[in-house]
Amino acid sequence: MNAVTPIVKIPHLTERGHVTQSRVVASEWTKFITLRSTLWSLGVGMFLTLAFPILFATVTGARWGQMSPHERADRNPLDIALAGVNVAQLAIAVLGVLVITGEYSTGMIRSTMLAVPKRLPVLWAKLGLYAVVSFVLTLPAVIIAFYASQAILDRHHILQISISSSGVFRSLLGGALYVTLVGVFAMAIGAIVRNTAGGIALFAGIFFVIPPLMNIFPTNWNNAISRWLPSEAGRQLFALTRDPNRYAQWPSGAIFLGYCVLAIAIAAVLMRRRDV
Amino acid sequence: MIEASNLTKDYGEKRAVDDVSFAVRPGIVTGFLGPNGSGKSTTMRLILGLDAPTQGDVTINGKHYRDHAAPLHEVGALLEARSIHTGRSASNHLLALAKTHGISRRRVDDLIDLVGLHEVGRKRAGKFSLGMGQRLGIAAALLGDPATIMLDEPVNGLDPEGVHWMRNLLRQLASEGRTVFVSSHLMSEMALTADHLIVIGRGRLIADTSIDDFVRKASGDRVRVRTPEATRLRELVLGQGVSVISSEPDVIEVEGVTSQRIGELAAEHRIVLHELTPLQASLEEAFMELTREDVEFKSVAA
Repeated sequence: MNAVTPIVKIPHLTERGHVTQSRVVASEWTKFITLRSTLWSLGVGMFLTLAFPILFATVTGARWGQMSPHERADRNPLDIALAGVNVAQLAIAVLGVLVITGEYSTGMIRSTMLAVPKRLPVLWAKLGLYAVVSFVLTLPAVIIAFYASQAILDRHHILQISISSSGVFRSLLGGALYVTLVGVFAMAIGAIVRNTAGGIALFAGIFFVIPPLMNIFPTNWNNAISRWLPSEAGRQLFALTRDPNRYAQWPSGAIFLGYCVLAIAIAAVLMRRRDV
Repeated sequence: MIEASNLTKDYGEKRAVDDVSFAVRPGIVTGFLGPNGSGKSTTMRLILGLDAPTQGDVTINGKHYRDHAAPLHEVGALLEARSIHTGRSASNHLLALAKTHGISRRRVDDLIDLVGLHEVGRKRAGKFSLGMGQRLGIAAALLGDPATIMLDEPVNGLDPEGVHWMRNLLRQLASEGRTVFVSSHLMSEMALTADHLIVIGRGRLIADTSIDDFVRKASGDRVRVRTPEATRLRELVLGQGVSVISSEPDVIEVEGVTSQRIGELAAEHRIVLHELTPLQASLEEAFMELTREDVEFKSVAA
C-alpha cells in the first residue's frame, strides 16, 4: 500500500445509464468468467464427457475377443458415446449450485443486490447464461465423443453406428439438453438453499439417493413412481431405446423441464422476499 | 435525502430496530452513532432494501431503493459485512458491478487509482487485508458517482493513514454537495467528521441533533470553581437539584447551577473567585451518558 494516498477530486461521470436486463447479463458474464472455479468445473466436465467414451471404447475394443455373446449383445455404441454425460452432470450441477451459493458465502450477493435491487434480473441472467454455456459446450462435446468412440471401435470393426441412424442424433441432442437442464435445476436449488454444502447435498439426494430408494417398493409401484422422478425422467432424454416402464423421450423431457420450472419459481419467490 | 419513518425490524423474537424516524440531509456529514449491536447496520440494510422492514418505511430521494432505475447513481454504499467474492480480483469485481449500469472500464480504473489499489487491482480480493478490502468497498460505493453515500463503520480496520484519508474523503464528498451518512460506534471519530448526529441505542432513536447541541445537552451545567472559601461557597449553592463535589481543598465542581448564578452568589457574599469554568463533557462522555441505559452488552464488575 502506498504510504500516502492523496485525495484527488472524484471524477464525475458524464454518462449515466440505468439497469437493464442485457446489462445484468453482461455483468453476470463478467462474474462467470472471472472465477477460476468456473473454468475448472467446466474444464473437468467437458474432459469427462470426452474421456469416458474414449476409455469405454478402448476397453471394449481390447476385450471384444474374450467377451461372451451375451456380453457383446449388452454393449451399445450410443451408451459408450454418452458414457461421460452421467459423470459430467455432476461437475455441471456442482458449478450450478456454486455460481449462486458462492455469492452468499462470500457476501458478494449484497454487492449484487445493491447494483440490481430488483433482484430477479440477476436470477434470469444467471440461469440463461448457464443454460447457454452448458448447452454450447456439451453438445459439441457429446458429438466429438460419439465420433471419437466410433473411430476407436472402428479399428476393431465392431459396434458401428451412424449419426444419421434413427434416434442417434436425437439422443446426442437429448444428452446435451439433459446436462443443460441439470445445470439449471442445480442452480435453482442453490438459490433456494443458499448454502454450498446444503445445495450439493440436496441435488445429490434428489438425483442419486431417491431413485435407488424406489427399489424398496413393489415393482409396479416403483415403475409408477420412478417415471415421475426428475432424474429418471431426465435420463430418458438420452436413452436410445425406449424403456417400457418410462415415458418416451420428449414427454419425459417435459416432466424434467417441469421440475426445473417449479424449482426456478420457488427460487424466484424466495429471492425476491428474503433478507440478504 | 434519506427519510425513515417509524422504521421497525424484527428478527424472530428480537426487535433490532424499533420505530425509528429520521431524515439525512444533503451537503453535510451525518453521523450515525450507537454502541455495537444497537441497530445501525440493520437500519442501513433497511434503507438499501437488503432487508425488508417489519413496519414503517424508508425512502432515498423520494423513492424506495429498489424502485430506482439506476441505484448505483443514486446511492453508494459500503456495508460493514464483507460484500466481495474472495476469488475475484478487485478490478473484475468493480467491472462486474459497473456493467449493470453500463459504466465504462475507464471509470473502474480511475477508482482503483483513486483508492490507492493500483498495485493490487489484479490480485484476488481474498488475499486483501481488512484495510484494502475497505478501500475496494469505497471504490464500489463511488463507482456510480452517487448523490448519496452511506458508509457503515468505514474506518474499521484502517491504519492511521487510512483513517486520515477516510476523514478527508468524507469531508470532500459532503463539500461536493452529496448526502453523506456514516455510522460508527466511536464518538471521537464522529467528532472529527460529522456535522449532524443521529444516535441510536438498542434499536431506538436517542438523539437527532447537531454535534454542538449534542454535547451541550449531555454535559448538563457543571461548573468548576476555585476559591479560597470553597466550603462557604458550597453551603451557599447547595440546594434542590444541586450537587457539589470537591477534588482539591480549594476546588469544587457544582452541578445544577449555571456559572452566571455562581458568580452572582459569590459577588453577593463577597467571596473571591480564582476560577469559574463551565465544564463541557467530552463527546465521548456525552455519548456514554446518553447511551448508558442502552448498551446491549455491558461489562459487569466481577
